Amino acid sequence: MRDVAIVASAQRQERAIPSESEVEFMVPLMQQVKDATGLTQKDIGFTCSGSSDFIAGQAFSFVMTIDGVGPVPAISESHVEMDGAWALYEAWVKLQIGEIDTALIYGYSKSSGGSLRDVLATQMDPYYVAPLWPDAFAIEALAARQMVENRRVSMDQLAEIASRSRRHGADNPHAVRTRQKSAADIMAEAPVASPLRPSDLPASADGGCVVLLAAEDTARSLSDRPAWIRGIDHRTDSHTLGVRDLTRSMSAELAAQKAGVANDKVDFAELHAPFTTSEFVLADALGLGEDTVINPSGGALAAHTMMASGLIRLAEAAARITAGDGDRAVAHAASGPVLQQNLVCVMEGE
Amino acid sequence: MGKKNTAVIGVGQTKYASARGDVSMAGLVREAALRALEMADCTWSDIDAVVLGKAPDFFEGVMMPEIWLADAIGCVGKPVMRVHTAGSVGGSTALVAASLVQGGIHERVLTIGFEKQSESNAMWALSLPSPFTTSINAGAGGYFSPIIRRYMAATEAPELIGCMVALKDRQHALMNPYAHVRDPELTFDKVVESPMLWDPIRFSETCPSSDGACAMVLASESVGDAHAGPVAWVHGSAMRSESGNFGGRNVVSPQASEDCAADVFAQAGITNPRAEIDVAEIYVPFSWYEPMWLESLGFAEPGAGWRMVEEGATTHGRGDLPVNCSGGVLSSNPIGASGMIRFAEVALQVMGQAGDRQVDGAKRGFGHAYGGAAQYYAMWIVGTDKP
Amino acid sequence: MGEFQHDPLVPPSAIKPVTMPAAVANVEQVKSVRTPIAIDYEVTPGEGLSRYLRGLKEKKILADVCPDTGQVVFPPRGVAPMAGKRPTRMVEVGHSGYIDSFNVTRIPIKTRPDLDPPYVSAWVVPDGANVGSIALVAGIEPEKVRVGMRVRAVWKPDDELEESATNILHWEPTGEPDVEIADLRRVGREGSTL
Repeated sequence: MRDVAIVASAQRQERAIPSESEVEFMVPLMQQVKDATGLTQKDIGFTCSGSSDFIAGQAFSFVMTIDGVGPVPAISESHVEMDGAWALYEAWVKLQIGEIDTALIYGYSKSSGGSLRDVLATQMDPYYVAPLWPDAFAIEALAARQMVENRRVSMDQLAEIASRSRRHGADNPHAVRTRQKSAADIMAEAPVASPLRPSDLPASADGGCVVLLAAEDTARSLSDRPAWIRGIDHRTDSHTLGVRDLTRSMSAELAAQKAGVANDKVDFAELHAPFTTSEFVLADALGLGEDTVINPSGGALAAHTMMASGLIRLAEAAARITAGDGDRAVAHAASGPVLQQNLVCVMEGE
Repeated sequence: MGKKNTAVIGVGQTKYASARGDVSMAGLVREAALRALEMADCTWSDIDAVVLGKAPDFFEGVMMPEIWLADAIGCVGKPVMRVHTAGSVGGSTALVAASLVQGGIHERVLTIGFEKQSESNAMWALSLPSPFTTSINAGAGGYFSPIIRRYMAATEAPELIGCMVALKDRQHALMNPYAHVRDPELTFDKVVESPMLWDPIRFSETCPSSDGACAMVLASESVGDAHAGPVAWVHGSAMRSESGNFGGRNVVSPQASEDCAADVFAQAGITNPRAEIDVAEIYVPFSWYEPMWLESLGFAEPGAGWRMVEEGATTHGRGDLPVNCSGGVLSSNPIGASGMIRFAEVALQVMGQAGDRQVDGAKRGFGHAYGGAAQYYAMWIVGTDKP
Repeated sequence: MGEFQHDPLVPPSAIKPVTMPAAVANVEQVKSVRTPIAIDYEVTPGEGLSRYLRGLKEKKILADVCPDTGQVVFPPRGVAPMAGKRPTRMVEVGHSGYIDSFNVTRIPIKTRPDLDPPYVSAWVVPDGANVGSIALVAGIEPEKVRVGMRVRAVWKPDDELEESATNILHWEPTGEPDVEIADLRRVGREGSTL
C-alpha cells in the first residue's frame, strides 16, 4: 500500500447560503486549497467529488460545479452521488495504483432550499416504504426508541452528547449551532420526533469541503506534518429496517476492524453522527474508550452539510493531526438511514 | 507500480425494452448481475465489492439507490459505491470498479449499470423547470444537432451519412437478442423518410429510451488466470472531463475526447488504432456521432470519418473496424447502463462470447462512453491476451 | 459461438419462481403501484445569475470576465471555467450577435406549448462575448437560417421588463453580412474580446 495523506483542506458551512450558487461558494474553497499547497489544477492528478441531485433539486446538478475546478484543458475526473468521503475513497484507490501523486476531492450541498427530512424519505425502498413518506427524523426516532427502551442508552446520556457537541462547536468557526445548552436544558426540550428532541437532531447547513490528498514524498513536500491514512474501509448494512439491529452498527464495526482502529490508541475521533443516537452507536461500534475525545469539532450536531459532512470529518481529523493536537485519529462518514453505510479512516501523524 | 492486471471474467445483460414491467428495479439489476456471476463462476459471497452506476436519481424517483438496493445486489457486509457522471456513467462505473482491482484493493468486483426509465419520467426529470433560464431544447437531440451541423459543414460530408449509420446499427441489432429496437423491416429509404426531429437528426437516427441493466465481474490476475472460462484482459483505461463553456472550444472533437483516447491507446501500446483494434463499441446516441467519434478517437483522419462509414468499414462482416455490432446506443439506451454495455460488449467480443454478432478473431476491443455537453469521457481497451 | 449465450427472455437459472401461500394462490398479483412524489424546492440563482437577471430588467445584457484569460463568459454564472476562479467584474455585451450553430426542432416540446414547430434554437454569441447561449431565433423561415448569420435581440416592451430571461423574446436577423467562422469545429471566440 502506498502511503497517502491529507495535506490540505478548506470548508465552509453556514445555516443557509441563499445568495451564492454551489459553484460560487465552492470556487474560493478550491482556490484556498490550491493556494495553500502551491498547486494549480494542471498539477493535480485526479479530481473527484460527491453531491446529490435530489438535494439540489436538479438532474445532473454536479455538471454545474465542475467549471469551478478550471477543467480547461481536460482533466482526469469523476463523481459519485454520495458524500465526498466516498469521493476521497475513490481518489485514495487511484493513488494506490501509483500513476498519480495528488488528488483534489470535494463535497457540497445546499439543502436549505428544500425540506431535507422529507427529501431523504426518497432514499427508502420505493415500493413498500417511501410511499409512506417516513422522514429522516422519524426513521431515526424508531431506532432511538429501541435504544432507549432496550436500556442501551438513556435520554440523559444523549443529552450529554448534545451538550458536549455544542461546547466543542463553540471553538469551531464553522459551527452553525452555537448556543450553549446544558444537558438539563436539553432534557427539558419537547420532542420533535419522539423521543428525539431538537438538540438530538443534526444542525443542518449549506456549504462544502475541499481536501487535497497526496502520496509519499509529494505529501511530505506539501505539508510539514501530513495526516497519513493508515487504514480506510467502508461497508454497508442491510437496508431493510426490520432486518438489522438498529441499536448497533455491524457495518461500522466491520469497517473499523478492516481499517485497524483497534491497533493502537485513538487520541480523537471525528464521527459523522447526524443524531446523538448515531454517536452513541458509533462510539460503541468503533470500540472508542474514555481516552478518546469524540468530535472535537462538534461534529454534525454542530454543523451538518449533506454530501460534505463525512468528508469534513476527515478534513477536521487531518487538520488536528497536522496541528499536532494528537498523533492518531479516526474519521468516519455515514450514508443512508440509521447508519446503514459506514466509512472508517485511521490517520496518523508521522 | 502501475495498474495491476485486471480481467473481465463475467458479463451479464438484461433484455432491453421500453418498459420492463415484468421486474422491479431490484429484479432488473439482479437479472444482469446473476448472468455475470454465472459466467464468472462466482456466487454473491465471492464478490468483495460492488460498484453501481446510473444516471440521475430523478429518472426513477429513488434517491441514492445503492442504499435501497444493498440487499438486492449482495452488498451486506461489503463496500458499495455509486458513480454518477452523466451519460458516460456506465463506462466510468466500470473504470472505478477496475481501479479497485488495478490498485490491489480487491480480488473480485461486481459492477452494474442500470436505468429503469419507465418507472419515473425521464423527460420530466430532464426538464425540471429552472425559473432563471428559458427552456427551448427538447432534450439531447436539440443540444447535439448544432454540433452535427458544424461537423457536416466542416467536412462537407454527404447528407445521408447519418442514415447509413442508423441503418447499420439497427441491422446489427438484429444479431443481438438483448437489443431493444430490432426492426427487420427497416430499410435505408425508411430511415431517410422517417420524421425529422431536430434537423438534421431524424427519428430513426435517434436513440430509444430503454429499461435495462448490464453487469460485469472484474477480477485480479490470479483469479483471471485460474478462471476456466473465457477472460478479457484490460489493456488500457482512462477518464477525462472538460468544461462545456469556453470560447474557442472544439465541440466536434473536444480536447477531453482526444486526450482520453490518446491516453488509453498509449497504455495499450497502440499506435495505429484502426489497424490494431479489431472491434469497437462507440457511444453513438445520434447517428452522426459515429463518423465524428471515429475522427476524434483517431480511427480516421480529421474529415475522413464519414468515408469509413460510406465504405462500410464499420459494418460487421464487411469492414475492417466493425463498430457497434451490438446495435449500439441507437438500438438500446438504458442511460445508466449504456456506457457499461459498450465496455461489456467489447469484452464479450475478445472473449469469443458475442454470439451472432461476434467479429471473427477479435483479439482487441475498444469501449467508449461519453456524457454531458460532450464533456465527460470514459474509455477502455480489452484483449484476449494479457497486456 | 460461445457457450455462455443466454436466451434474454429466460430469467437466470438462479432465480426460482416464488410459490405463493395457499391462501393467496388465486389472488391477482399486484404488478405495479403508482406513488406520486412531490417535493418543493426554493431555488436561488446565485450571484452571477442574479446580476444578469437584474441587468435584463434594465435592458442590459451582462457577462462575466475571466480574471486569467479575459474571456467574456456568457451567460454569467459566477465562475470562469478556464481559470477555475470567481470573475471579479462584469461587462455589458451587445444586443446583436451571430449564430454559432443552430437546431431546427420539428416536434412540439411540453415545456414550451407556445412554440409551434418547426422552430429554431440557436447558439447566439452576443457581440463582445466569447461564448454563446441557446436562444430562440424567429422572424425567418427555418430553412433560411445560416451558421454565421447576424441577429439582434427582440425585447419585450419596456414596461413589461422583469428580472427574467424571458425579457428577450427571441433573436431576429439583422440583414448584415454573415460572420465568417474560421474553424468550423470551434465555437465562440478565442482570446479576449476586451
